[in-house]
Amino acid sequence: MTEEMIGKSVKRIKALEKVTGNAKFVHDIEIQGMLHAKMKLSPHAHAKIVNIDTTKAKSLPGVWAVLTGKELPYKVGLYLVDKDILAVNKVRYQGEPVAAVAAETKEIAEKAVELIEVEYKKLDAVLDVQKAVEEDAPLVHENLGELESAPVFFPKPGTNIAHHTKIRKGDTEKGFAKADHIIENEFTLPMVDHTAMETHTSIAEWKPGRKVKIWTSAQSPFAVRNLLANGLHLNHEDIEVIVPYVGGGFGGKAGIHFEPLVTCLSRAADGRPVKIVMSREEEFNSVPVRQGLYSRLKTGVNDDGEIVAQETEFLWDSGANADYGVNVTRAAATAGVGPYEIKNVKLDSKTVYTNKIFGTAYRGFGHLEILWAIERQMDLVAKEIGISPYDIRMKNGLDVGSVTITGEHIGESHGRVKECLREVAKEIDFENRDSDDLPEGKKRGKGVATLHKAPAMPTNTGTAAFLKFNENGTLNLTVSLTDYGQGTYTALAQIVADQLDMPVDKVNVVWENNTETEPYDWQTVASKGLFMSGNAVIKASQDMAQQLKEVASEPLRCSVEDLVIEDEKVKVRHHLDKYISFKELAMGYTYENGNAIGGPLVARGNYIAQGLTNLDPETGQGLPALDWTYGAHGVEVIVDEDTGEFEVVKIASAFDVGKAINKENVIGQIQGGVIQGYGSAVMEGYQFSEDGRLLTNTFTDYKVPSIADIPELKPIIVENAQEDGPYGARGVAEHPMLSIPSVIGNAVQDAIGVKIKEMPVIPEKIFELIEANK
Amino acid sequence: MKTINFTVNGRNYKLDVKDNEILLDVLREKLHFTGAKEGCGEGECGACTVIMDGKAVTSCIILAVEADGSDIETIEGQSVGEEISDIQEAFIEENAIQCGFCTPGMVMSTKALLDRNPDPSDEDIDIALSGNICRCTGYYSIRNAVKRAAEKKGGSQS
Ligand code: FES
Ligand code: FES
Repeated sequence: MTEEMIGKSVKRIKALEKVTGNAKFVHDIEIQGMLHAKMKLSPHAHAKIVNIDTTKAKSLPGVWAVLTGKELPYKVGLYLVDKDILAVNKVRYQGEPVAAVAAETKEIAEKAVELIEVEYKKLDAVLDVQKAVEEDAPLVHENLGELESAPVFFPKPGTNIAHHTKIRKGDTEKGFAKADHIIENEFTLPMVDHTAMETHTSIAEWKPGRKVKIWTSAQSPFAVRNLLANGLHLNHEDIEVIVPYVGGGFGGKAGIHFEPLVTCLSRAADGRPVKIVMSREEEFNSVPVRQGLYSRLKTGVNDDGEIVAQETEFLWDSGANADYGVNVTRAAATAGVGPYEIKNVKLDSKTVYTNKIFGTAYRGFGHLEILWAIERQMDLVAKEIGISPYDIRMKNGLDVGSVTITGEHIGESHGRVKECLREVAKEIDFENRDSDDLPEGKKRGKGVATLHKAPAMPTNTGTAAFLKFNENGTLNLTVSLTDYGQGTYTALAQIVADQLDMPVDKVNVVWENNTETEPYDWQTVASKGLFMSGNAVIKASQDMAQQLKEVASEPLRCSVEDLVIEDEKVKVRHHLDKYISFKELAMGYTYENGNAIGGPLVARGNYIAQGLTNLDPETGQGLPALDWTYGAHGVEVIVDEDTGEFEVVKIASAFDVGKAINKENVIGQIQGGVIQGYGSAVMEGYQFSEDGRLLTNTFTDYKVPSIADIPELKPIIVENAQEDGPYGARGVAEHPMLSIPSVIGNAVQDAIGVKIKEMPVIPEKIFELIEANK
Repeated sequence: MKTINFTVNGRNYKLDVKDNEILLDVLREKLHFTGAKEGCGEGECGACTVIMDGKAVTSCIILAVEADGSDIETIEGQSVGEEISDIQEAFIEENAIQCGFCTPGMVMSTKALLDRNPDPSDEDIDIALSGNICRCTGYYSIRNAVKRAAEKKGGSQS
């Protein structure tokens, strides 16, 4: 037997290409004859387009195409088809593209964009979600009733509400009537940017016969193809989408972005390939973000800490479009009280349009946002009734036998949130938090917070995998799940190696993704990659094993049942010295006399989410979750009680991953995610001027964590196997960043008693609260 | 237009550039050294880091004419054939690479640091790398990679 493969820290696939600068991202790709695109952006948050004059731009030498929204009567979008390729008739946010140019050089394209004259008539803009849901609010999409959407979403025509998810469990009126205390709070957080280091980049080459070839920095090649086909009325088989190396995604490159625009530009430029690269400023201004959120939580709780009723309202600031945002709102609602069992729940989660850059998926898919409210509220409640933040969570936390807010029963195969909580509390020595050793004016605080999330995806989400042998007995694995840093491909290679008992370096995972040659995958999002593709890869490996045995059974003169796979060979179970190697079987087995049987071996496996149901539109009851990953953080802070300055001394983070296929890569996900959450918690956030102009559109104004900012971190892996996960594994790509803001807010509250309800948690705001308390 | 002479990874180049042309664009688009990346174009992210006359610089805010007469090192010069450098090896061994977009810049900043300070403290590392943004790794593995590289190069084990 080759050595134990699962759980091993196998070195990351393609590390060599990346570390030598050889890895080619779309940024690095040039196609012969390629033109460069540039967009003209709206300076207004909400305005009618009176006229666009492109004559001067068109006559500039070197310009091949100039397009405006008038020429592009298409709508694109994932769940709610509400996006224009270029603004039509009006602009809905500052930064919205109104026209675009393709020219021979970047300089000419920029010059041409300057020559485009746009006449606007300003309209009243709505920038605040609470105002946007008022009756007389300006409408962002007047034609909401006419837009196409997936059948599980319910836009409300004549309002700014793109979707409303309702969850109803038990009877909150009765619950509140019996509660010893009722505690109500409001929480807010701003939009934030993914800031993947590679900005969005796409190249399209239009071809005769209404065909197009696309190279794009996207997470999900098949979603790009599908949405492009639907949006531009093209045939799926006429679109080829290629995804090479991608420089980070974090949800920001899921769905579809600038692929339709470059496709239309290339078509208008007689089929010259057209490339668009977002500048960092455009990335901030014109590429979708994580939605903002306003939450109101009303909690009924008894003296002993039992939460008996919960009423929750989430208003999501989805910005000008909600093609993806509607599902963030829905998914987060299904997790909307945190990993706790509460008998009586009334929850309303609304996607609200405003005149700002629009929202999309971002690592955690709404859960960091709701957990900011849920886990801060938990500490505010605990404080008010005088119980420990740890005890109240232990009291209400999900256990085997609990029922979630959508009616799902927690079973043995689910993860254990309380175990994660126990681990982190132990790691930061939660009970021991006096400040005696600290200088005058400094206070120590400790906080805990829990988290949970399941993949958010359509009930019929599917994926597939191909395996084929090479002449030397090595294997190529093909999946269209993408690996833009998570390390999933390495784990998939480990699975094949384990299943077929061969060295992992003999499994070549085909890197570049291509919709022409690879089997389907819905999207690379939601931390479902390893779970679903892992299962598909197990099936493909089993299919291959079966085929190997079938061919080998003839020359070995025994039945398939008598054969085993061991050490890259098919062996006779009771005579292990009788075998045929993979290499001899890979392209067909050849007898000594020249006769041959079998043929080149190819295998396949697929997987589709099982048992998921749509939610009841009135009660939210149903099964939305493939698998829940639970976790918890513990944090120690030291706060200056006069200035509000604080230092995060230590973070401990535990996740029930079921089974870590590659420990080192799991830790990599935890470290990266925690620090991304740390950015959200203490420094990041979009700020707008009163008229809706983005003020934070460079790395100078929008700070993200640097190496000098990171606190001590202790990752903890908990493993309670998931029955239907590959080797028991669950996804953990998003979870590390969830609840990081809440746990820091909790620790600061613990240190100096301030009730923080606004993100990010920054000294200025803590100082205001200190002053207000005086 | 001005004619400039410089070396990149030891090779001599002579070329005509415009006064406002950016070094990063010349390296990437004219000379096809695409290892250095553009993450911001404003000197704020470090993805474009190369070494110019021994110092790590963000090539997106350097004019090509300023590079006249200089020696430039890019990521492409860090490996020879199948041989990669100690720093590159350390990045792989410490799993300090996720998407890989920041990696060339990180490696170049590390090289400039270790060339002038073979035995850096955590603080030295943080200062040297604080201009290089990585959105994927959370930096822990990168810090370890720099330390491991220093050890490989013969610095102390501190
Ligand atoms: S691209 Fe040069 S510092 Fe960001
Ligand atoms: S590895 Fe992705 S930005 Fe550093």
